[in-house]
Parts: sequence; C-alpha cells; structure tokens
Amino acid sequence: MDRHRVPRRPRECRTNVMSPATAGGGPRQIGNRCDDGHVAYFDAASTEPMHPAAREALLTALDAGWADPARLYGAARRARMMLDEARADVADVIGVRPDEVWFTGSGTQAVHLGVLGALRGRRRAGHRLVVGAVEHSSVLQAGALHEREGGTVQAVGVGETGRVDAAEFASALEPGTALACLQSANHEVGTVQPVEEAAAACRAAGVPLLVDAAQSVGRVPLPSGWSLLTASAHKWGGPAGVGVLAIRKGTRWRSPLPEDERGGGRSPGFENVPAAVAAAAALRAVSAESAAEAERLFPLIDMIRTRIPALIPDVQVVGEPRERLPHLVAFSCLYVEGEALLIELDKAGFAVSSGSSCTASTLRPSHVLEAMGVITHGNIRVSLSRGSTAHDVRRFLNVLPDVVARLRSAEGVTA
Amino acid sequence: MSNQVAGDPVALTIDALGRKCPIPIIMLAEQINQVPLGAVIAVLADDPAAYTDVPAWCRLKSHKHVGTVELQQGWAIHVRRSY
Repeated sequence: MDRHRVPRRPRECRTNVMSPATAGGGPRQIGNRCDDGHVAYFDAASTEPMHPAAREALLTALDAGWADPARLYGAARRARMMLDEARADVADVIGVRPDEVWFTGSGTQAVHLGVLGALRGRRRAGHRLVVGAVEHSSVLQAGALHEREGGTVQAVGVGETGRVDAAEFASALEPGTALACLQSANHEVGTVQPVEEAAAACRAAGVPLLVDAAQSVGRVPLPSGWSLLTASAHKWGGPAGVGVLAIRKGTRWRSPLPEDERGGGRSPGFENVPAAVAAAAALRAVSAESAAEAERLFPLIDMIRTRIPALIPDVQVVGEPRERLPHLVAFSCLYVEGEALLIELDKAGFAVSSGSSCTASTLRPSHVLEAMGVITHGNIRVSLSRGSTAHDVRRFLNVLPDVVARLRSAEGVTA
Repeated sequence: MSNQVAGDPVALTIDALGRKCPIPIIMLAEQINQVPLGAVIAVLADDPAAYTDVPAWCRLKSHKHVGTVELQQGWAIHVRRSY
C-alpha cells in the first residue's frame, strides 16, 4: 500500500494558484475548503484518524504516565491511577465493571486471547467452536489454530446481505460447543448481526458468546448478552497498539499464554499506559458525539447506496440497506479491477479500500464477499470518518462514474 | 472431466485459464449472446475470484449458473443463457 498517499489535512485555498488537480478550471472553493490537494479519507473501517482528544491525552500521559504501574513510588502510583481510570472509562462505555476489562496489544490480540482463552477455560465442556462465516480474519485464524490443535470449527453461513441467520446460529450450538463468536457488525459490508438473538440462544445452551465489536465501539450502541467482547482503539480514533478484551464475571477463561504478573493475568507484558489513556480519552469523546455522528453519516451512506446504481451501470451495492453501520458501504463495479479502482480514486483524492483479490496479499477475494455470494471484483468499501463531509461524498459521486467508465473502456468493455 | 453438467451439452467454451478477474467475467458477458437462448456456456478459469464471481454474475444478471466442474487446473463453470 506504500504507493497510496497518506491522507493530508486540507490545505488553505489559494484562489490564484493553479494545481494539477484543478488545472483548467482553477481551484474550486466550496464552503471553507477547496479541492486543491484535499484527500477525502473514506477508510475509517481500517483506521480512524486520531481524535484530537486522544492526541492531547497521549502527549500529557507520555510525560505523566511513563513509570511502571506495578511499583509503589509516586510516579508509579500516578501511572497506575491513570491506567485504572482509562480502564474504568472504557468499561463504562462498554457497560461492564472496570475489573472485567483488559487492555491488549491490539484488537487482533484481544480476539486471539478471548477466543483461545475461552476455549481453554471450557475444555471440559467440549472442543467445538461456532463462528459466523463473515467474522474478521482474527477470529477465523484463532479458529484455524484451534482446529490444528484438534478442535472443530463450524462456520454459520450468511445470506446475500451478509447477515447470519439467528435460528441457524442457534441450531449450531450443539452439545460439546465450547464457545460461539459473532461480530457486532461486519467490517467489510457494514451489516449488523443479530447478536442479541444469538446471545439468547447461547444463554439457553449454556455457551459463552464472544462479540468482536471492533466496528461498533464508539459508533453505535452495543448489543447486550455477551460473555466476552473485543475492540480496537485505533478504530475509534485512539492510538494503534491498544486492544480491549472484556470478560464478564463468571465466564470461564484460561490464558493460552505463559503466566505474567502484569496485565491482570489476562494480557501479559508491561502496559502501555499513555496509549491506554489516549484510547480512553478518544472513546469518551467519540461516544459523546456518536449519536449525532451516526445521524449525520447514515444519510450520506444512503446517498451513496441509492445514487451509485443510478449513476453507473452494472454496479452491485452489497450489505444490509438499513440494518447497517451508519458510516460504511461496499459495492462492486463489474468488469473493473479493484486495484485499478483504488489507484485511480487515490489519484482523484479519495482513500478507500477494497475486498477484491488483486488488492489482497493472498490474491484471494475477501471471504466476506465470497460467503455472501456477491461479485468480488471491482469492489470498493467506503467508510466515512469524523472528517468526512457531505461535500466529500458528493465529489466522490461526481468523480466515480468517469473513473469506472475510463477503466471499462481501457478493458474494451462497452457498457 | 465431463463437458456436460445436468445433461446439457456445452454450446461454447470460453478459455479464461490464466486470466485474472474481471477478465473471465468480461469474456462471458461479451460472448453469452453468441449462443442460443437456453444454451450452456462453459467458462474455464483458474482465478479463485472467478469461482465465486461467475455464479455471482449469473445471479445479478438473471442467467443460470448450472454447475461447476473441477478441472486439473481450475474449473469449468457452466452458465445457461436465460434471455
């Protein structure tokens, strides 16, 4: 991805300066921004740019929270207090007690620890793991490791919109099931999963449910009824390198890793106190704004969902139209390479991602799109961030039809 | 390998072996109207994306994915022209 430009802050408009992007027409000024050099960052589902509150908290905590939180002198006690406060803040947003929350090195690590630790804690109950077919790769890879170690994994399929059927999920909870995993919402197509129904079925079957809530925490209200929940701070505007693992009291869990005195016995290693503090600060800030932000972004995604099929022939918009994340949509443009689309959109000033195989290191299409049975080539995921504006979205809708038409004609496709 | 799925003879074979998506789909879209209504086209492809994208294209375009036969290299994906 190194050829893709890093999103930049919008530059100030210089009305008498021509830029390559606007040569011919002169820089266009809309509101207090202009198109000159501005990259619209539409990849929040990969990572949300750091929230200003996180940046400020990080800088403060680097100075104040550097000491070893396990020691007893003043600076150490201060670091411990900051870490405990961060835990309490995160617990409050997730809706659990502070002693049910641990910081990990990443969201992926939180999933690995959550899945493998819960399976270990439930060894006597059985060796069966039930997962949704469109879970994040960290869940599926933890399942693959479980299989290599002699366990079994059953993936519950999804319909064309990427939604797991709650009844099918419930009937997969056969005797011998140690753990079930269902994401709060899908990271590639935005479809919200029936977590509360799945949780009720898990409760009835006596099976703990792990919810990967990486795409939902800080954006939408969280479902209830789960036993374990995982999240990732950089998805909500916190720093990278902070994951969250919540384990409700009474859930059996045994670490799959060697013992360590730190991390409360759940997440080994010296805690990154400044990053945890920044993560909590960002979460407090985005949670306070989340309802208004969802209300702002939901119709912008609706606009993309309805306008794109009208503007571009042969496009498949995928995922649930209503039961979805407010900020995310995916669609596939037939007869076009996903990678070529990303490159052309990057040139036009849009940072987006794709589930097409040519954009994956494995050269395999996204398992999510595959499981849904939808077109995998020419795929684009737009996930709006805090900084995304209606103007950005309208500009995207202006630019995309021409980009697709040019790529199609280069392939000799006559639409 | 049989060149038939569900008893229907193949009217046209598109060789897209070694071609990456979307090329196999483009070839299919270009050539499907060259066979009579109800006839079957076999798309030979070895890009994993084609394995899912040809049936997905059929659903989207209301043609019929008749079946997929595994070849030594890749698959023969059979499509019936519906309109």
